[in-house]
Amino acid sequence: MDTLIETSSFLFLLIGSFLCISGGVGILKFPDFYTRMHAVGVTETLATAMILIGLMLQNPDALVLLKLLFILLLTLLIGPTASHALAQAAIKNGLKPELHKK
Amino acid sequence: MLLAFLVAVALAIVSMKDLFSVIMLSGIYGLLSASFFVAMDAVDVAFTEAAVGAGISTLLMLVAITMTGRSEDPDRHKPFLALAVVVVTGGLLIYGTFDMPAFGSAQAPIHQQVVPRYIQHSMEEIGVPNIVTSVLASYRGFDTFGEVVVIFTAGMGVLALLSVARRPEDIAEIDSLNDSMHEQHLILRIVSKMLLPFILLFALYVQFHGDYGPGGGFQAGVIFAAAIILYAMLFGMSTARRVINQSFIQLLAAAGVLLYGSVGIVSLLEGKNFLDYGVLSDDPVAGQHLGILLIELGVGITVASVMVIIFFNFAGRRENAHSGEENEMQNNNRGNNKT
Amino acid sequence: MLMDHYNYWIVVVLMMTGFYIVIAHGNLIKKIVGLSIFQTSVFIFYISMAKVEGGTAPILEEGIRQYSNPLPHVLILTAIVVGIATTALGLALAVRIKEAYGSIEEEEIQRQDNLDC
Repeated sequence: MDTLIETSSFLFLLIGSFLCISGGVGILKFPDFYTRMHAVGVTETLATAMILIGLMLQNPDALVLLKLLFILLLTLLIGPTASHALAQAAIKNGLKPELHKK
Repeated sequence: MLLAFLVAVALAIVSMKDLFSVIMLSGIYGLLSASFFVAMDAVDVAFTEAAVGAGISTLLMLVAITMTGRSEDPDRHKPFLALAVVVVTGGLLIYGTFDMPAFGSAQAPIHQQVVPRYIQHSMEEIGVPNIVTSVLASYRGFDTFGEVVVIFTAGMGVLALLSVARRPEDIAEIDSLNDSMHEQHLILRIVSKMLLPFILLFALYVQFHGDYGPGGGFQAGVIFAAAIILYAMLFGMSTARRVINQSFIQLLAAAGVLLYGSVGIVSLLEGKNFLDYGVLSDDPVAGQHLGILLIELGVGITVASVMVIIFFNFAGRRENAHSGEENEMQNNNRGNNKT
Repeated sequence: MLMDHYNYWIVVVLMMTGFYIVIAHGNLIKKIVGLSIFQTSVFIFYISMAKVEGGTAPILEEGIRQYSNPLPHVLILTAIVVGIATTALGLALAVRIKEAYGSIEEEEIQRQDNLDC
């Protein structure tokens, strides 16, 4: 049982960190504002969720578990909202996505 | 590592011309330094810095540049002279650091004087696990009183500089404006409406849990103010002004300082020193508890209301400037039509 | 041994960066940002001094012997909030100057003042 929890926590943390890094690479590599935001918005929400779940599995303390759960709920609410607000602001100010490159 | 990031951000701030990016970078700078404070065990400080440096101060600067313009004149006065002064001063300061005790050394003079007493006796004398709170509110209560008065004074200063006489507002106009904004910000509004009660609740938790964990009046006040500012930003100033009465907030700012001061006066009247809470109850430790709770409440109320006052006055000024411009434009148009 | 003063050097570099912005830039808002960098570098200096090797956050708990120094934390905690209050005051002044002079560039303001004399 213990090894199962340990391994799954390890896996979650690993996936989370990988997503974080891929989000970072996305910011640098993608061509325009919207794709970059997509990279950050999508990976970051999932990555934080993964890392938090991994941490939850690490910690048996109920209070810490509850706090992590709250943080998870909060990020799940705030992250997408923030991306939405950013994209909307960009569209309203006339930033066009690059549709046909080359 | 974090420190190297900090330096990179600071250098980027120097070279940026666009004030908007400068301010965004200074927000990042605040967040980075908050993470650094966590690494240095200063949880209370990190808490405050995250709320203030990355949140409120960025916001206030943004409001300010909407009024002052976002581009910067590229001319520098005597950059080489300035650079020389900076390099010489920096060199002298670095020379000075060689006399300092090594980083993290437990033998450094700063850890030898009054601090061991705080760490060893605060539990029996004050009965509060968080030493930062007990030093802040009890051992050094008089200093903190001074700080609160400074914050109050700064709030009053902003009020004096920026407050504008407000014409009576047309409620129907506000409602129609609200409806049009509602379409645009639907998602933001719904999510923030869901989150607001929790933010306010969290602020109260931070306020009253400050004895046991990181937190206290300063942090709670800033978080509370941030929640109100969020509301004002998403639902418009006029709506926020209808929810939160301005003169009531100003009264609260004064009441917080008054609460703090009067706790001190009560202990004077009981024949002890100013802000000696032992007299507030038969048991000195319980008295300390009560005293800390009261003055933290005073601090929280003052900080929250001063922050709200500052934001509302900046935003009100901005609204006024904008409507003034519109009027001018209309007048100009009329003049053009006549000719 | 070399890294003993690393934190302090960084503080000096940050402090000088802020100082440079304050003296070399003419824009008042930028000057305020520079001041706040300077201010934060002082905070970092204090907090670095408070750190004790092997210590934990100064919240009393059973079984922990070594705490970091709480006194600088108290000083900086209040200083941050006072700092934002005074920064707001500075920004308010900048806004009023913009209204009075139509600019927040120092040289422009001085030029207008000289014209008035």
